[in-house]
Amino acid sequence: MKFVHGVKADITADIVYMMCPMHLLKLEEMIKGLDHGQVLEILTDYDGALEDIPQWCERTGNEFIGLDEDEDYYRFYIKKQQKDR
Amino acid sequence: MRRCYFDHVATNPLHPEVLDAMMPYFKDNFGNPLSVYDLGTMARDAIEKARQQVADLINAKQPSVVFTSSGAEANNFALRGIAFAMQNKGKHVIVSKVEHHSVLNSARVLEKNGFVVTYLPVDNKGVVDPDTVKKSINKETILISVTHASSEIGSIEPIREIAQIAKEQGIVMHADGVATSGNIPVDVKELGVDLLSMAAHQFYGPKGAGALYVREGLRIAPLIYGGIQEGGRRAGTENVPAIVGMGKAAEIAAQEMPARMEHCRQLREGLIGGALKEPNVYLTGHREVRLPHHASFVVEFIEGEAMLLMLSMKGILSASGSACSSRALKSSPVLLSLGIPAALAQGSIVFSLGMDNSMEDINYFLEEFPQVVKKLRDMSPFGKGWGAGSQGEQCYTGG
Repeated sequence: MKFVHGVKADITADIVYMMCPMHLLKLEEMIKGLDHGQVLEILTDYDGALEDIPQWCERTGNEFIGLDEDEDYYRFYIKKQQKDR
Repeated sequence: MRRCYFDHVATNPLHPEVLDAMMPYFKDNFGNPLSVYDLGTMARDAIEKARQQVADLINAKQPSVVFTSSGAEANNFALRGIAFAMQNKGKHVIVSKVEHHSVLNSARVLEKNGFVVTYLPVDNKGVVDPDTVKKSINKETILISVTHASSEIGSIEPIREIAQIAKEQGIVMHADGVATSGNIPVDVKELGVDLLSMAAHQFYGPKGAGALYVREGLRIAPLIYGGIQEGGRRAGTENVPAIVGMGKAAEIAAQEMPARMEHCRQLREGLIGGALKEPNVYLTGHREVRLPHHASFVVEFIEGEAMLLMLSMKGILSASGSACSSRALKSSPVLLSLGIPAALAQGSIVFSLGMDNSMEDINYFLEEFPQVVKKLRDMSPFGKGWGAGSQGEQCYTGG
């Protein structure tokens, strides 16, 4: 797992306490609104996201920048990559 | 026999237009809102429309409305959801002593789970003093919950002032708006609350639909885990007809509110003025700053439940105000918190008015009420007073 610190995000989705599959639904919903190269930050305490979010990035061609650990939740950073560029 | 339904805080009949709006979702449009085909999307669109209608009623943004099954669920969700979400910040919660049981019992559950709860006292009108709130706050305080108006005594609480104090201290503010939403103007921005509970059947919508306003950006833990309904905040297949009904009822309430308030206020004034002519009958709650459709009393030397039954035999349907007094024959904690002596609190009676009531109903009640009171006092061992001793001096004079 790739850990990062101090990543600056363009937009944040706070889904702490929301369970599966909200992390993937929110990810899809939020990434649609971003431009190529913009960074989405997802705050979640759902452990399944550790596996699901990097896999989702791989499948969709978006860049998984990494994750940061807060006191009681994770911060995931995803950079939007538009396939048609 | 004439029937006067004076129990509108218990529930209301459905507005005919609300029923019309709901019917298609019981019949042809029965789809699950999560389904991808058109039957599902129709249901999903209907829920989102209702969410906007409810949001408009309280001047909120559409996504900040989370549908629940009731006002009680909304209150549970607010208290337990915020306490759970913020327990790392602190474990102190403040509620008032005139809260509905869904708030008080949620607070008790929190106490059993290691939280400390302060129960705010009220004055003899049932009103919380914002200064008392200020003094009750400590560095562990995470949540303040005060009802916008108690359905038992009708007094409207100074929510805006309390919410301002909460905001200054970085504390989450919840108001139980079940009795007020749809009945008097409720504006979450103007009140400054972070959370507000509502129930559809309090404003001519259906039972089985409630909502919690959750300010955008506020983190709250779900009460019910499962699917992705309500953005993952409240699992369970939505009660689509009831939610549609709540939306329609909210839309109509917003349009008709001034007329409804004035209609009820006039009836309430007639009822209060007439009832207080009877000796040893006292108004509970605030005389002016109260719900326009609400009149509550304690009647000395008799027992409220007997009064309810005798009035109901005359077609006058009212309530004693709390489940404690009506089912458990226990003095209402809300009335006791106003300083009303336990014996007098037993004589509690609550009248709540609606659009189906008329001044003829009030006049009929005012003819029957003295007879019922007299009959019960004649039967009561205390009918001519508490007898020798000091109890006779403990009349409630607060209202």
